[in-house]
Amino acid sequence: MNKVVANADEAVKDITDGATLMVGGFGLCGIPENSIAALVKKQVKNLTCISNNAGVDDFGLGLLLQQKQIKKMISSYVGENAEFERQLLSGELEVELIPQGTLATRCMAAGYGMPAIFTPAGVGTEVAIGKEVRNFNGKDYLMEYAFDADFAIVKAWKGDKHGNLIFRSTSRNFNPLMAMGGKITIAEVEELVQPGELDPDQIHTPGIYVHRIFQGKDYEKRIEQRTVRAKG
Amino acid sequence: MLDKNGIAKRIAKELKDGYYVNLGIGIPTLVANYIPEGISVTLQSENGLLGMGPFPFEGEEDPDLINAGKQTITTLPGSSIFDSALSFGMIRAGKVDLTILGAMEVSENGDIANWKIPGKMVKGMGGAMDLVASAKNIIVAMQHVNKAGESKLLPSCTLPLTGTNCVKKIVTELGVFDVLPEGGFKLLERAPGISVEQIKNSTAGKLIIEGDIPEMVL
Repeated sequence: MNKVVANADEAVKDITDGATLMVGGFGLCGIPENSIAALVKKQVKNLTCISNNAGVDDFGLGLLLQQKQIKKMISSYVGENAEFERQLLSGELEVELIPQGTLATRCMAAGYGMPAIFTPAGVGTEVAIGKEVRNFNGKDYLMEYAFDADFAIVKAWKGDKHGNLIFRSTSRNFNPLMAMGGKITIAEVEELVQPGELDPDQIHTPGIYVHRIFQGKDYEKRIEQRTVRAKG
Repeated sequence: MLDKNGIAKRIAKELKDGYYVNLGIGIPTLVANYIPEGISVTLQSENGLLGMGPFPFEGEEDPDLINAGKQTITTLPGSSIFDSALSFGMIRAGKVDLTILGAMEVSENGDIANWKIPGKMVKGMGGAMDLVASAKNIIVAMQHVNKAGESKLLPSCTLPLTGTNCVKKIVTELGVFDVLPEGGFKLLERAPGISVEQIKNSTAGKLIIEGDIPEMVL
């Protein structure tokens, strides 16, 4: 079994206009930088992106927004991106804001083969409009459907040709959930290793969920809020 | 009157040994600086970390290690890292003892609004809706009035809601309030130098004052 492709361009080659993509990362942490760059280069349009955030003006999904390649964003928090806010308020961009835990769990449900989940998040708010409410043990829950995404694009720390993935630190975030949730999952990794080098006990995403994997390059790993403390 | 750090310091007195606590962005984040001596709490960051440590020393920032406010942070001995579904799983299951977050408005029945101003601001709810829907105990840290001088403690919220009937306590620059299950803001403590009269004038929702209201001790 060999799921390795040469590079980002090859990995995204069949992503076409109008596709629905899950894109991993939280803020700029753990985003698939190489794949996003390849999508910008490929100039695919009318994308629907499921991603917790929308990047910043000049990095992450912000690069796709700049080129007006995104038709719709499904996110939980988009506060860091002025171009996003402009496109939203002007009506150029369709946006569905949903609770962060709901977003994560709808990705997970897709990978667990469960059509829907029940969550109390959003009960009694405008998020609940048009959704089925069920009462369990005296508390109301919203029924939220599993996502149906054509592709998931994730970034891992290490991976092998079987598609097994290990994430590093809090760059894990949505990546393993989206990896399991996409119909076709593309993983870019910082280190592509030989089978056997990853301890089976330590694998976060089993390779069965991953269809293509490639060795990423030139990771910028931009920091959004650099906060430090003084020494001594 | 309290400044932001004063509000954080007063809220820190609500922490109990062994608590798992989620701190929102803004004033709540400052609470971590005032954890009382002899009390050990574990901070949960909803992007997927339990046991959040202090900011890193300059030059030791790790872009892969951030908190929910996207700030560079550190781990501590005993920290654990997990994905976002598990993170909200533990929140939904009620494992987090205390959630502290900011608000634009709180109503006298404990509704909270903090994610959207229609037509003006559309940042999104992030994890706030999940947190307020499931937390056992929610304390709001906020300014008592908005920039226009209008009370943020209201009979009912005017902005889109984040959650309903969920806020248990509010700490503002003027005082500490319990949100009663039957409705109403019960004044518990006055901030240093603040009179009951001042609090009355700044509170639009039902204010409940019983007996002498002590000045808070920080």
